[in-house]
Amino acid sequence: MVRYILKRLILSVPIALAVSVLCFVLVQLAPGDPLSLVLPADATQAMIDQTKQRYGLDKPLPLQYLYWLGNILTGDFGTSISTGRPVLSEIGIAISYSLALAGLASLFGLVLGITFGFVAGYRIGTPTDKIVSAIAISGVSVPHYWLGMVLVIIFSVNLNAFPAMGAAPGAHPGWLEQLRYMMLPALTLAAMPMGIVTRSVRALVAETLGMDYVTALVARGATPFDIFLHIAKNAAPTALAVIGVQMGYLMAGSILVETVFSWPGTGLMLNGAILQRDIPLLQGTILVLALFFVVLNLIVDIVQPLLDPRIKRT
Amino acid sequence: MSARPILSVEGLSKQFVLRSEGFGVPPRTVQAVSNVSLDLGEGHTLGIVGESGCGKSTTARLLMGLIRPDAGSIRLDGREIDRSARGLTEFRRYVQMVFQDSSASLNPRLTIEASVMFGPMVHGVARPAARAIAHRLLDRVGLEPMRFAGRYPHELSGGQRQRVNIARALALEPRIVIFDEAVSALDKSIEAQVLNLLLDLKADLKLSYIFISHDLNVVRYISDDVLVMYLGEVVEYGPAASIYARPTHPYTRALLASMPSLDPDRRTTAPPITGDPPSPIEPPPGCRFHTRCALADEVCRSAKPASSSCGAQHFVSCHMLDPRSGHRQAGQP
Amino acid sequence: MTLAFDPPVARASLGYWAGVSRRLRRDTVSMVCLVVLLLIIAAAICAPLIAPYDPSVGSVVRRLRPVGTPGHLLGTDDLGRDMLTRLLYGARLSLIMGIVPVCIALVIGGSLGMLAGFVGGRVNTVVMRTADVFFAFPSVLLAIAIAGILGAGVVNSIVALTIVLIPPLVRVSESATAQVSALDFVEAARASGARDTTILRVHVLSNILGPVLVYTTSLFSVAVILASGLSFIGLGAKPPTPEWGLMLNNLRNAIYSQPLVAALPGVLIFVVSLSFNLLADGLRSAMDVR
Repeated sequence: MVRYILKRLILSVPIALAVSVLCFVLVQLAPGDPLSLVLPADATQAMIDQTKQRYGLDKPLPLQYLYWLGNILTGDFGTSISTGRPVLSEIGIAISYSLALAGLASLFGLVLGITFGFVAGYRIGTPTDKIVSAIAISGVSVPHYWLGMVLVIIFSVNLNAFPAMGAAPGAHPGWLEQLRYMMLPALTLAAMPMGIVTRSVRALVAETLGMDYVTALVARGATPFDIFLHIAKNAAPTALAVIGVQMGYLMAGSILVETVFSWPGTGLMLNGAILQRDIPLLQGTILVLALFFVVLNLIVDIVQPLLDPRIKRT
Repeated sequence: MSARPILSVEGLSKQFVLRSEGFGVPPRTVQAVSNVSLDLGEGHTLGIVGESGCGKSTTARLLMGLIRPDAGSIRLDGREIDRSARGLTEFRRYVQMVFQDSSASLNPRLTIEASVMFGPMVHGVARPAARAIAHRLLDRVGLEPMRFAGRYPHELSGGQRQRVNIARALALEPRIVIFDEAVSALDKSIEAQVLNLLLDLKADLKLSYIFISHDLNVVRYISDDVLVMYLGEVVEYGPAASIYARPTHPYTRALLASMPSLDPDRRTTAPPITGDPPSPIEPPPGCRFHTRCALADEVCRSAKPASSSCGAQHFVSCHMLDPRSGHRQAGQP
Repeated sequence: MTLAFDPPVARASLGYWAGVSRRLRRDTVSMVCLVVLLLIIAAAICAPLIAPYDPSVGSVVRRLRPVGTPGHLLGTDDLGRDMLTRLLYGARLSLIMGIVPVCIALVIGGSLGMLAGFVGGRVNTVVMRTADVFFAFPSVLLAIAIAGILGAGVVNSIVALTIVLIPPLVRVSESATAQVSALDFVEAARASGARDTTILRVHVLSNILGPVLVYTTSLFSVAVILASGLSFIGLGAKPPTPEWGLMLNNLRNAIYSQPLVAALPGVLIFVVSLSFNLLADGLRSAMDVR
């Protein structure tokens, strides 16, 4: 087991490096001269050369990458052009908001998905199953930025139950107040993981119920509750793995939902960075989010076999 | 082996390199086939027997030119095969193969007619002519073209699918056909029908067969010569009559002993072999069979036995056959 | 217990695809989805013929009329333009931005995956490890990052989406190809002297088409949502071009006055995406029977 974890850990290093290369290359694709953002329009050739030298832009690209990587590894992500503050601290604030939102959405998705999955799996082929499956596939197919608008129309505009915009105001809002603000964006984000968890749990429950050993358990006098516990134990690792990977998608996918709800997370920040062409902030945010995704996948890969001995560790 | 050899093989060897277990760990190798030599007489059938994993299928694929040997030569009509792309294409016209799994060896998306037509069309036969060939061959293997040509593999029984595979192999008018456990998966009654079909086809079309099987009864029924393999090596080779009458290598005797027979006179006294063959990864040193051989002696654990003759065209690789080997029962097997 | 008799006369068997299409035609849900999609595509093509107004001309006095207004069946938007007209015209760009990237990615990713799965060895390692790197990025993030860096625009959005969609298609086609290539009929074809290109064309392609097609159909759903999403945050189509995602964004402030009108473009994105997903499910079960 320790060997497997070590191997998986070592394996994620080249992936993380490749991700950083991709982030670096991505920015090189940006049209226009990066210096035009820093220099006045009437800069002399000497000034241009000097600035190039200062930022290491006179060096070949691979060398520039190494400089950049060195800076990243020492925690220097550069300075945001729009705010003038270090990129890392900007990301730090935003990511806490995004994590909270993604966490709540995952919880919603997991609870709803497991409930729906069990209900449908136990009654496969019945109208109940059909309705639940329809909800599940709608959750996967719905454009979440639109779902957010619909939820706002229903719960904010018509019912006035939850706030439609932003995070709780004030320096130290109560957590209940914060939760009220998170409710609609979290529900919006939960649609996709709800659908995916429902579909996989449904399939798993139906499959387990059809197994010979379940019939044998019934024959030995197991109560329906025993059977339920048994299936739940089988389904848990799958559901957790699905939700683990989904959480990464939620962090990244929240860019559109955060825009709809003006939630001050990484998504909204990324959107602003794109509009203002704040390249250092853009690059830093993408890198951090992608690395977060890599780490999350790593955790899922390590935790899943611990929970589920059937999965082979290769 | 009195007939002129159509296919001669000498010193054929192939090893597969496994993936390294970790950085710096030298990768392990599987000695799938080592130093196999054989002759296939024109119009003859050579049976190759052995347990699963003994290198039978690798030998077949080497003979087909599907994989490249590490060492050894394969000569067709006395000419070494040309391993260029063009040479192999030419060679494959003459040597065809029927696989064990009748359903995996037919493309599920093609009608059986299209499967049989594929080979000739690859070699430049026009579609109508290829269709005529396919229909003639389907008819020849006992599948009425009117009824079967347009069907898909999943609509056929295992025996019918294997007949299609035979037709497909014959479509290129080969001179040699290799059967790799081709009848093993069939019901006994179907197996007998297919075997008789194979004998008819051989006589009609002047074919030579290499027949790979773990079923000694089937091999005895169909073969002129028999080659017994153990862990990639040839342990005994000779005319079928001679081998079945006087099995000499302890492994051959054990194999025959484990073969159910209704004839009380044929019940051999040799003890049946127990256990599974050792892994072909890092096979045992010396004689590879010594770990399971009841007669193994000191010399068997260290030295590789040479091939010795024990009758007309009958060769055995066992220390007991060699009086100077130092085996305590040498010369009196 | 069933008794099977062989019919005495020659009969042409139902081919695999004929069987799939017959099962699909019996599936009501799939057929409804197919009809809906075809209607939307037809409406998009015929937009100039059936649309009652000019999509870019509005009237200040007729802003944000509700659904059901005489003369404006689906109301008007914040600039007084007819919603029905704009939704019809919007279908063009929304569908193109969703469908074209999938098609390009299918050709590139599908062939790369086939190559990697068939050749194996080092080619496989290089192709698949490169795909893995792209998989380290969540697709939405990657699409937005690429589009954001290239700059807003329809072409840039299509480029960004194509890049994002290639790796998953490589993976699906590689695993299907590797599975098929291990089967004996590929070896038998090789033994009959066929060249690799012939084997790929005749034997591999016919067997991987099914799973790749199912996956592609479900990708249309993802791509349509992503494409309109890019326009929604201002990275795709630019005003005043009608495009569903962009229209949805422009109408964000109208949710207080005309919620139904504001939600309309999203309904269409949802319907298209849902139809593709249901169709993919229908295709999958129609192909499941061997």
